[in-house]
Amino acid sequence: MEDVIAKHTSCSHCGEPAEFNTNSELSFCCQGCETVYHLLADNNLHTYYDLDSTPGTTIKQSIERKRFDYLIDKDVQEKLIDFKNAEVASASFNIPNIHCTSCVWLLENLQNLNDGILQGTVNFLKRRLTIVFDTKKTDLRSIVELLTTIGYEPNLKLDQLEEREQVSVPRDLWLKLGVAGFCFGNIMLFSFPEYLNMSVSDSVDTFKVLFGILNILLAIPVLVYSSIDYLKSAWAAISQKGINLDVPISIGIIALFGRSLYEILSGTGAGYFDSFSGFIFFLLIGKMVQKKTFQGLSFDRDYKSYLPISVLKLINGVERSVSVKTLTIGDEIILRNNELIPCDSILQSDSAIIDYSFITGESTPVTKIYGELIFAGGKILGSQTRMLVSKKVQHSYLTQLWENDAINLTNDKTHQSLADRISPYFTFIVIVIAFASCLTWFFIEPSKAFTVFTAVLIVACPCALALSGPFTFGSATNILSLNGLFLKNIEGIESIGNVDTIVFDKTGTITDSEKAEITFIGNALTEDEKELIFSSTKNSTHPYSKKIYRFFKEEGLNYSIPERIEEIRGKGIHASFQLTNVHLGSKSFIEEYTGIKIPISGTKSSHVYIVIDYKFVGSFEFKNHLRTGVDKLLNKLKAAFNLYLLSGDNQKDGIWLAKYFDADKNMYFNQSPQQKLAFVASLSDIQKKVLMIGDGLNDAGALNKSHFGIALSDKTSSFSPACDAILDGNELQNIDKLIEFSKVSISIVHFSFGLSLLYNITGLSFAITGHLSPLVAAILMPLSSITIMAFTTFATRLKARKMGLKIWV
Amino acid sequence: MGVIFFLILFSISVALIFLAAFFWAVKTGQFDDQYTPSVRILFDEKKSSTKNKTQTTKRDS
Repeated sequence: MEDVIAKHTSCSHCGEPAEFNTNSELSFCCQGCETVYHLLADNNLHTYYDLDSTPGTTIKQSIERKRFDYLIDKDVQEKLIDFKNAEVASASFNIPNIHCTSCVWLLENLQNLNDGILQGTVNFLKRRLTIVFDTKKTDLRSIVELLTTIGYEPNLKLDQLEEREQVSVPRDLWLKLGVAGFCFGNIMLFSFPEYLNMSVSDSVDTFKVLFGILNILLAIPVLVYSSIDYLKSAWAAISQKGINLDVPISIGIIALFGRSLYEILSGTGAGYFDSFSGFIFFLLIGKMVQKKTFQGLSFDRDYKSYLPISVLKLINGVERSVSVKTLTIGDEIILRNNELIPCDSILQSDSAIIDYSFITGESTPVTKIYGELIFAGGKILGSQTRMLVSKKVQHSYLTQLWENDAINLTNDKTHQSLADRISPYFTFIVIVIAFASCLTWFFIEPSKAFTVFTAVLIVACPCALALSGPFTFGSATNILSLNGLFLKNIEGIESIGNVDTIVFDKTGTITDSEKAEITFIGNALTEDEKELIFSSTKNSTHPYSKKIYRFFKEEGLNYSIPERIEEIRGKGIHASFQLTNVHLGSKSFIEEYTGIKIPISGTKSSHVYIVIDYKFVGSFEFKNHLRTGVDKLLNKLKAAFNLYLLSGDNQKDGIWLAKYFDADKNMYFNQSPQQKLAFVASLSDIQKKVLMIGDGLNDAGALNKSHFGIALSDKTSSFSPACDAILDGNELQNIDKLIEFSKVSISIVHFSFGLSLLYNITGLSFAITGHLSPLVAAILMPLSSITIMAFTTFATRLKARKMGLKIWV
Repeated sequence: MGVIFFLILFSISVALIFLAAFFWAVKTGQFDDQYTPSVRILFDEKKSSTKNKTQTTKRDS
């Protein structure tokens, strides 16, 4: 039944259920979608709807034009525009809404909507649009307004104004890889006669000389261009008296190059330039994989990327849009529905409803009244609100919390990767072996001592070792993000794999605010009553009204337009229809507006009371509800981990959650952010590896203090505090699998370390006995690299498939 | 014998031309975005001004 309805009346623009039809063929969910549809159709852009069905994004929120006033500002413009001359300018925007082929098509055909736009280029993966426009015909503001109108609002955030984003896979890495590949191939060709041991005529000697010279010429760019990063990094490590993986690599590079150069120039051999360039080539491939993985991971984590760029400021009674950075104490600002409070302020309007879900994860908005101090980071719901700035942006609560010592001091948390950890030992052992065999050979056959010494250094070069990490973790992070866990950096896998304690922050992490259980208490409602309540709540932005609306929506009720709707923010709604009056809201609202005394019910949960025609009908009760699958998850986790619950809330949910946690020792209520932080710190002090799952900035300190912090988010595009990973809220039920998978990936890395050490030992046996011919080296080194790449990639995928995780094809 | 020297040097120069082409491709940004062009190639050329609703994405010719 529902399916049929959806098919017939889904919005032609965005595919959401449509609620009003304009004519027989088209239907829309809202005015905004209809406007866009006609705008595009009238401008010959109908292909947008042909490429993908219903590609649009719903435009239910009306667009406030004034919002973009600040784009006229010269300073702001300068920062957004990449390039400008007398006639043309180019600017790039980050547009999170880009999601399909149609988007690309439309955004690249914007010139049909605005003459001034000369060209639009989309980078799909980065969700980035670059626009070249004629500065005489149009300006930045009209472009941003146009984009917003058609549903592609650019993400203009404070941090974007401060520094330009850089290309994620740097072009010079491509070039280095290209050079290494080119030289590798050619050197290999010139080394073939040597492999096949062709020495037929005396002319071979001239070839030998020629090939030798060519090989040297080809190897030089590999050394001075392609491999320079490794040498530099090793040098930096040594000069700081440390050893990273690049040190043994660089020893190998230098040994390979020096030995080959010596052999060719002295005419004693053909050298190992083929192995040398192949080695660099594979290393760079590994680096490329790492960069690509990282590109997929990078997300904003600075408070600045969350705060808006501008805000409306009242200057002598006139509203003007200004940059938030310029706000000073005493400024009067105006915020509209859904706008963020940029800095701590004092409320000047009579009252305001503020949604602090970003800060606290608490879904219920709070009501503040005139004169109260309001912390930054909240979102204004309802109508426009005036406030007086009491602290500058950089001194506000949000920023302070963010820049809390706990967050910054623990930056030494940057884990040393496994490969870097073992490299000091590795280097030490290699050098010992090299000297030992050199010394031994010195007594047996002094002429061979030097040869063996360099051969050991060459063959012990940890190329495969260096590839194990990037390839396994690259493939593993890929699988993790397909399954909803987005890591901040690759090392995260190592950390998440060895946690033994899990701390939940209750509000919003294990409960689903969207699915708060809603039950009606009272006599059963008639169809008419249901319709009245349904119609009254439709246009309200209050979360409770929305839930009631959704509650009834499934029943397929008719919507009758109320004659008049009055909403007292955060308190209740009064809707008048032709024959009836509906009041719904809090106890005090009902009592004040209808004079009806409401019978007292349990105060443990939140209620919305309903009065129809001045008669009390009943109430809706809202109960927190576990996210789907979390019940099973908690039971599973309980067996393997120490579970804790820290909540900023009061104890009302304690009873029904107690069965999952050890009620007396492991559940804590009314915790302030500082207490949460201290608690996590105390667990870390007793050597627990804590996995903290939280949301909201309130937990930022605790998240950061934990061994591994996961921020839960229902929108992956939303803000992420000091966490190590973001988890898609719907995937929480799989967290046990994801932890398990991370553990497995670590074992895979260990195993491939073992594999590559095996190759090294094989190579060493050749080297120590003095039999490392260029051919052996040329086979052994690429072989080890390729085995490692193949093994790690296939092993992670195989394991993921076995565990029932999604894998890419 | 001389012809082999010539061929070797010639083949290297040909390879260098390709390397140069690769450099050019990277420098002009062709490696910056490896996904969007695959989408873009499927779009039609600019259409005439009919607002035909039943347009398909196939090429006319």
